Amino acid sequence: MTVSILIFLPVVAALVVLFLKGQAAKYGALLFALAELVIAGIFLSRFVPNAETQFAVTAPWMAKAGIYFSAGIDGISMIMVILTTLLVPLIILSTFKHQYKNAPVFYALILFMQAGLLTVFTALDGFLFYVGWEIALIPIYFICAMWGGENRIKVNIKFFIYTFAGSLFMLLGIIYLKMQNPTGLYDLHQFYENKLDARHQSWVFWAFFLAFAIKMPIFPFHTWQPDTYTEAPTGGTMMLSGIMLKMGIYGVIRWLIPIAPLGVQRWAFVALILSIIGIVYASIIAFKQKDGKRLVAYSSIAHVGLISAALFTFIRPDGAFIWTAQAVQGAMIQMLNHGINVVGLFFIWDIISNRLNTREIDQMGGIAKVAPKFAIAFLIITLGTVALPLTNGFVGEFLLINGVFQFNIWLAALAGLTMIFGAVYMLRMYKSVMQGETNALTATFTDISGSEMTVLGVICLLIILIGVYPQPILHLSDAAVSNLVNIVHTKVPAK
Amino acid sequence: MNNYIWLIPILPLAGFLINGFGRNVLPKGVIGFVGCLVVLISFGLSIAAFSEVSAGKLTQPIDLFNWFNAGTINISFSFLVDRLSVLMMLIITGVGFLIHLYSVGYMHHDEGFGKFFSYLNLFIFFMLLLVMGSNYLIMFIGWEGVGLCSYLLIGFWYTNPAYADAAKKAFVMNRIGDLGFIIGIFLILYYFGSVAYADIFPKATQMQGFNVPFTLITILLFVGAVGKSAQLPLFTWLPDAMAGPTPVSALIHAATMVTAGVYMVARSNILFTLAPYTMEIVAVIGLATATFAALIALSQTDIKKVLAYSTVSQLGYMFLGLGVGAYTGAFFHVMTHAFFKALLFLGAGSVIHAMSNEQDMRQMGGLKGKLKITFITMLIGTLAISGIPPFAGFFSKDEILAHVFAHNETMYIIGVITAMFTSFYMFRMLYLTFYGKFRGTSEQEHHLHESPPTMTIPLIVLAVLSIVGGFIGIPEVLGGHHWLEGWLSPVFADSVKTNLLPKYDLSSSTEIALMCASVGGAVLALIYAYVKYVKNAHVPLLHDEEGPGLVNLSYHKFYVDGIYAFLIREPLDGLSVFFYKVVDLLAIDGIVNGLGKMTVRSSKGLRLLQTGNVGFYIFMMVIGIIAILVYSFVKI
Repeated sequence: MTVSILIFLPVVAALVVLFLKGQAAKYGALLFALAELVIAGIFLSRFVPNAETQFAVTAPWMAKAGIYFSAGIDGISMIMVILTTLLVPLIILSTFKHQYKNAPVFYALILFMQAGLLTVFTALDGFLFYVGWEIALIPIYFICAMWGGENRIKVNIKFFIYTFAGSLFMLLGIIYLKMQNPTGLYDLHQFYENKLDARHQSWVFWAFFLAFAIKMPIFPFHTWQPDTYTEAPTGGTMMLSGIMLKMGIYGVIRWLIPIAPLGVQRWAFVALILSIIGIVYASIIAFKQKDGKRLVAYSSIAHVGLISAALFTFIRPDGAFIWTAQAVQGAMIQMLNHGINVVGLFFIWDIISNRLNTREIDQMGGIAKVAPKFAIAFLIITLGTVALPLTNGFVGEFLLINGVFQFNIWLAALAGLTMIFGAVYMLRMYKSVMQGETNALTATFTDISGSEMTVLGVICLLIILIGVYPQPILHLSDAAVSNLVNIVHTKVPAK
Repeated sequence: MNNYIWLIPILPLAGFLINGFGRNVLPKGVIGFVGCLVVLISFGLSIAAFSEVSAGKLTQPIDLFNWFNAGTINISFSFLVDRLSVLMMLIITGVGFLIHLYSVGYMHHDEGFGKFFSYLNLFIFFMLLLVMGSNYLIMFIGWEGVGLCSYLLIGFWYTNPAYADAAKKAFVMNRIGDLGFIIGIFLILYYFGSVAYADIFPKATQMQGFNVPFTLITILLFVGAVGKSAQLPLFTWLPDAMAGPTPVSALIHAATMVTAGVYMVARSNILFTLAPYTMEIVAVIGLATATFAALIALSQTDIKKVLAYSTVSQLGYMFLGLGVGAYTGAFFHVMTHAFFKALLFLGAGSVIHAMSNEQDMRQMGGLKGKLKITFITMLIGTLAISGIPPFAGFFSKDEILAHVFAHNETMYIIGVITAMFTSFYMFRMLYLTFYGKFRGTSEQEHHLHESPPTMTIPLIVLAVLSIVGGFIGIPEVLGGHHWLEGWLSPVFADSVKTNLLPKYDLSSSTEIALMCASVGGAVLALIYAYVKYVKNAHVPLLHDEEGPGLVNLSYHKFYVDGIYAFLIREPLDGLSVFFYKVVDLLAIDGIVNGLGKMTVRSSKGLRLLQTGNVGFYIFMMVIGIIAILVYSFVKI
């Protein structure tokens, strides 16, 4: 059994779904997504949590060009596989109350995206990584353009310019690395062995960093994100925020830092500062957002900023190497948690805007009284987002801020502002939407039921389960992360 | 026999789940019964734990499971039941049970009865975690967990937007403190390599002089305590927290949660002792809070607001005690305060219940005939808080003040004056409520009734505790043995050994003189209150614009809320709009769009971009990929 099953099943699924009619398309898509989840479960059950790559596949693809179809799963990839295969069925199920035009195309694109995402998360070949990256991106352009809101065209252009620019630089970086590789292959682990000096690694750093920074996004490369998240149909927004942005974070961990540690050593401080600015800046913007979806979009920039801040806490001014396993582990678990929580939040807003035909926070109020189940789900997701202990967000946030703390206490305090600011904008939103008296608009709000109950129920359960007992998840990636940290450490000259 | 300890917090959690899921199905009788029973059993188990601790058992932490580890960080979910935590457990479950019982009567007519009891049980669970945790991170779980329950219960009647705002404010202000706390934990982790008490405290004394920034660590921990225990400058959430149902005010915002900060400092006493600067800061903040809150309480007219500010003030005394090294005294005050303040709040609840939800004392008066039990028990509570012997508050407050005197006489004088204020505003409350003529509506008068037994029994029990509670700490000068000091001495032993604590070497005659001074002051103040509010039957005017400037300032709480809004909230909100509209939409987007347009202009072929033709992008990408492939082939 190799990872290619995981990659190709969604492709087959996409083709099949394309030919289904009407309602069958969404049920078919859900069924395939669940099958994929089951397969991922089988992989998980056979997975040995050590540093080795497992279920690997290596086949010549365009061998003359040095391109191999080479992929596999280690602890780091395992988390990403869980994230993807877990969220896709939830996202598909969350769209069940929508009646999309050309529904088969919509669901086929989602499944196609899944294939691209899983390629990115398991690829061990630079070219395959790039192809997966683009395959994941292309469907989302279509999804935004065909099922998006009123401004979709304008927004999509901006989205395209940003991501296209990013991908282009990354491609150049990958080709450059291949050319420097004596074997002429795109092999990841050979890339790790490159003998480039700090100056050349700096170029590699920027080539990758731009792509990843745009994808996550990190301030100031973020302005496509609130627009795209707001304009895209919610299913697309969930794919983007729940899973796709993790391509950027994953790329930093798997590609950027181990390949160009000397470049990182030189430039990590810039990335760290940008990340921390992003946390504070996006949180403050979230304070006064009137559109619920946009508010969640900005909150996502803040949360992702914390992850990237911890990842770029690399070297202290006194020369100490501080890229610690605990910080990277924090990033790993927080990728999963952020995915769960942000999908929950966007679904909350999807439910609200479906019922009320608006996302204006100020027009709402009192929904808790008429929809108590919805209120509980919204509250639990809110608590997970503000990282209350015993919800999923806490352990990750603790490890991440502690990571930044290794640089110095003041940056940790700035990064930690997310604890306070997060509470401010999330509770403001909760209060304006859910509390107070109902008004003419919200009085007839019906409580959640059916597929909505299922999706929110699963999300809430995950928030609490992971919060109470995060160890099994941390354990999955523990060995792989420690190994990676050691690899990087040996390459950074000690002062 | 350690295997029942985990039941103590788990039972209330089970109660939360049963009542939470059954809130709409179970009859009120069952909900109330379950809610009370789980806490009562926990109380019973806590007594068992207490007897084990006094027999010298339970010295090791009880590991439940490995919560998480990452890299070198290893956090275990484990409990430590020692002489300090077991006392807190008794207070939490004991007073907690009484308040649960009281709530059966008080909340009987509320439609959210089931929800209320589930939240209350959840609170007990988190509060127990807070005190039972054997490391700072478990404490932090409880710490934020009680904050959540506080949020939920302040906003219990969330359809009132003001109440929902009060809840939000409490959570956010607590979070400010929590950030300090968690950074303090990072520092501890950094220097000690662990967050477990058993690893940190024994090492602390030896690490003195090893560049461990004890001052910074303790200041950060103290920031956490300032938030949770409503000290200056983070105190304004507590008075607003009175929006919650009165039993909540008694349990969370008086007896237990708000004293968590005191517990945390007492728990970390060795760290604080090694940081004399922090100790001084703690003392000054405590004293300033005690006085400032007392000044505000002088003119409040809402019965719960008076009690809220008095709570802030009494918490100030506790920190004052901690700051001057009177750890036992401060903790003693936690205990006695839990009794008499819970009593006073529940008494106030009984009054409010009888007055058809009226909280304004200007509408009350003359209730002592109708509410006999409430009156007598509240009188006892008022005597206790005012420091009149032999009631509980006298002993604990006196112990703190004596240590303050030994430390700094000016601080002592301010402390005694504040004690006089306390006596004045408490008796003012008592007189305005129970003496004189009834000032409410005739409808309210018609409904006046003593509360049912589920409410009066807790009042009576707490009243008894408010009388005898002080006897666990009778000082030697009055012929006692101070049992509490002996009991807690192992907890504070390391601190005493450092010789860094302020010296306490008062002679017996000085101690007696100090007692006379503070008792005399309190009595004078209550007589003045009697003359003003009973003899002269003075009633504060209904209009806000009364009296001289100082009274106005006090009545308006020194405008602190307005100042905070002006200094922090409004600038941040302004910044929010600026960042969004100017930086994001104009500056960054402007550059991006400019770049985009430049690209478009510079190449006619790319004009298609402007039509938003997605197919074209894809086409471009495919071309790109092919080009790359071709390139790769050619290269090889």
